Amino acid sequence: MSETPAIELKGISKAFGPVQANKDISIRVMPGTIHGIIGENGAGKSTLMSILYGFYKADAGEIFISGKKTEIPDSQAAITAGIGMVFQHFKLVQNFTVLENVVLGAEDSGLLKPSLSRARGELKKLAEEYELNVDPDAVIDDIGVGMQQRVEILKALYRGADILILDEPTGVLTPAEADHLFRILEGLKREGKTIILITHKLREIMEVTDTVSVMRRGEMTATVKTEDTNPSELAELMVGRKVLLRVEKTPAQPKQAIVEVRNLNVTDEKGVHRVKDVSFDVRAGEILGIAGVAGNGQSELLEVLGGYEVATGSVKINGQEIDLTGAKSDGRSRRARGISHVPEDRQREGLIMDFHAWENIAFGYHHDPAYQSGILMNNATIRQVCQDKMERFDVRPPDPNLLAKSFSGGNQQKIVLAREIERDPDLLLVGQPTRGVDIGAIEFIHQEIVRLRDKGKAILLVSVELDEIMGLADRIAVMFDGRIMGERLPSETSEQELGLLMAGITDTDRTHDHSEVEAQLAERHGAAGKEA
Amino acid sequence: MDRMPAWADAILVPLISLLLAALLSAVVILAIGENPVEALNLMVAGALGSTYGWGYTLYYATNFIFTGLCVAIAFHARLFNIGGEGQALLGGLGVAVILLYVPWPHWTIALIAATLSAGAFGAAWAAIPAYLQAKRGSHIVITTIMFNFIASALLNWALVGPMKAPGQEPATPSFAASTHLPTLSDVFGLVGIQWSSAAPANVSFFVAIAACVALWLLIWRTKLGYEIRAFGQSEPAARYAGISPVKIIMVTMLISGALAGCMAINNVQGEAERLVLNAAEGAGFIGIAVALMGRSHPLGVFLAAILFGFLYQGGAELALWMNIQRELVVVIQALVILFTGALDNMIRMPLESLFLANRRRRERRGGGGGPKPDRKSTTAEGAR
Repeated sequence: MSETPAIELKGISKAFGPVQANKDISIRVMPGTIHGIIGENGAGKSTLMSILYGFYKADAGEIFISGKKTEIPDSQAAITAGIGMVFQHFKLVQNFTVLENVVLGAEDSGLLKPSLSRARGELKKLAEEYELNVDPDAVIDDIGVGMQQRVEILKALYRGADILILDEPTGVLTPAEADHLFRILEGLKREGKTIILITHKLREIMEVTDTVSVMRRGEMTATVKTEDTNPSELAELMVGRKVLLRVEKTPAQPKQAIVEVRNLNVTDEKGVHRVKDVSFDVRAGEILGIAGVAGNGQSELLEVLGGYEVATGSVKINGQEIDLTGAKSDGRSRRARGISHVPEDRQREGLIMDFHAWENIAFGYHHDPAYQSGILMNNATIRQVCQDKMERFDVRPPDPNLLAKSFSGGNQQKIVLAREIERDPDLLLVGQPTRGVDIGAIEFIHQEIVRLRDKGKAILLVSVELDEIMGLADRIAVMFDGRIMGERLPSETSEQELGLLMAGITDTDRTHDHSEVEAQLAERHGAAGKEA
Repeated sequence: MDRMPAWADAILVPLISLLLAALLSAVVILAIGENPVEALNLMVAGALGSTYGWGYTLYYATNFIFTGLCVAIAFHARLFNIGGEGQALLGGLGVAVILLYVPWPHWTIALIAATLSAGAFGAAWAAIPAYLQAKRGSHIVITTIMFNFIASALLNWALVGPMKAPGQEPATPSFAASTHLPTLSDVFGLVGIQWSSAAPANVSFFVAIAACVALWLLIWRTKLGYEIRAFGQSEPAARYAGISPVKIIMVTMLISGALAGCMAINNVQGEAERLVLNAAEGAGFIGIAVALMGRSHPLGVFLAAILFGFLYQGGAELALWMNIQRELVVVIQALVILFTGALDNMIRMPLESLFLANRRRRERRGGGGGPKPDRKSTTAEGAR
């Protein structure tokens, strides 16, 4: 290749204290291509991009933009160099309009009016060119996540970006929205823009990129042409060993219903109706998967069953009605009923990050008589219990005296799972079991969940990862805007069908063209994804 | 791991802070034309050089232990109880009420009764802000500050009104002699140690030590302490675990208020032997500095309280014997608070990087010290 790369990084290194986040990384990204960067959590992808965008200063190494050596001390310099970044968590002012957000920080003069009218024209042009249709006068609060992401892309293009970096862009999108995004990216590529796509989803890499670089533990382990590779090879490069990408399980043998949920309604503190008339059963020996884009009521559903959100309606556990008003129940009384809960956000809810591992092993079960000696807690016993559980769940390192925050995401999740699964619950609630978890640990976590199912326990799985739901669940319910849109069997449905349900479109008999889906999506008024 | 050893964190950091505060104080003393070395000598001699000095140092320290523990337990639940002063004043009221109106046959029973009463009054005073925080979300910092003023006004009313002794002074009558607490001189006399009888330190010093031990057990060894710490670290996690935020806020603040209230057995029952105006003398606020410096650990609180006792007594000596005004002594105390409390991170962070750099160098030389388990998710991801 004789062409000059759009971006060339040479020998980039960056350490945070004792952690070497990037180790001697060199990469060439050709203009007019989509370059994927894939790696597990903590592999150093985000650090590398932050260096490129001027958030961090590299300890060593050089950056060349279109062949010219460039210093990027801050994000302003990155923008000047033609680099635009679309963050995983959008940086938009919620009560500003699209137009105001686009102009923000790039105003031409002290007066706002001329900038806004110039931007309006510019936006129209960009919209036509790249299929980036957004109503410039809509307030961010009122538009869906897919739209918000387009605003982020427009912001970058408005500032004249030739190189666009997208950090985990599909995390909060439905499959249809993700497809639309990819079409936008293809369009940008045709116009000669260079795109760097950071993701941990192998499917996206295969679908949309031209070249892919794999990172592992701060190092760039390989850069290959996408057409010359395949998902299992990439997975192996990411993890450093062979991994099973599919969950191995036998067909479920469901028995009596453990949980019967009828007409459940949740209204949150702000008066927003989060869960609407939800009814379902989970039977012994099956995994019910709840699919849906984040923020469509799944979290509240878990919180109600976990005992720390109030609701109306009726929930029976093993045939017995449980209190939903919060007056006579809390997380502790739910545990006494045989419900264990692996919460969606382990760092916020499931663990106390500044507690030792052994203290976390008792968390929520600290009233257990086995953990007491007289009026004091029996810390020696808890430490021993923790040691045993850590060994059984292969937590690395198996040291009960380490703080929870010093474990990797996967090992933190294993600590939570060890605590919850080993209580031998009748019902296990699991939210996002593999979010931020490395591929190697995903395999193990899935196996443990299936094993609990095979012991005849009921499992309610909530995940925004469609692959995970498809692979793990025995039955799938899709939630959208607080309602269950439908139930499907994994063997009789497709990601496309589930994707439509996730977008709130139930009438799957009709053929849908994209514009219709888009129109319905636009009407959602940001119901989805607020929490994400 | 990515932190410095515990001993450096707990001992080295406060020590360096203290040294810096001392250096800056020396500059201030120099600036007003006095000799800092002489001043230090005087402080040490005055506060620690005799049993008389120790008697005062330990008397002040006893106050600070109680108020320091009060702030420390609240810190564990991430509550900032600035109301120690008001709670200590109310504790004084509790001591006065129980000792004035009930005849007690012996000081031991009187001490138990006074402790319970002081604790109950202090807890009651903390209960209202706690309830407002737990149920209404009114910020506890604001409400406890306001309650300090209300407490002060309430005591003014009581001491010029219903509880006032005949005469000019706004104070209660003296308590009955049977309720007077033995001083350290009486206690040490029993085992044949000579101790100045003029100093006010008394048996409540031992009650304070017992409170340290009890609080340590409570925080680190009981379910309640576990729940308080969990709640303080993360409220969402506490809710997930079935820990009631309302219960934790109420219980923690009741314990906190009771500890501040118990200070009154030292200054009211032990020293003044009657209730006077402004009996707490700002000890409630010093408790904040003591808890910060002691890192909310009972042992740390104990040591910090002794240090502040030394500063108080030593400072009084300075004002007495040198051309250094009382106000300047407050400046020195403020510098210590500033460096040990507020500017804690100024010392900690450079020290931490120093330790880490040192360790890296050692590792490189020694070829690494085994696998580093936690390197992924801690700093690199956390730094985003």
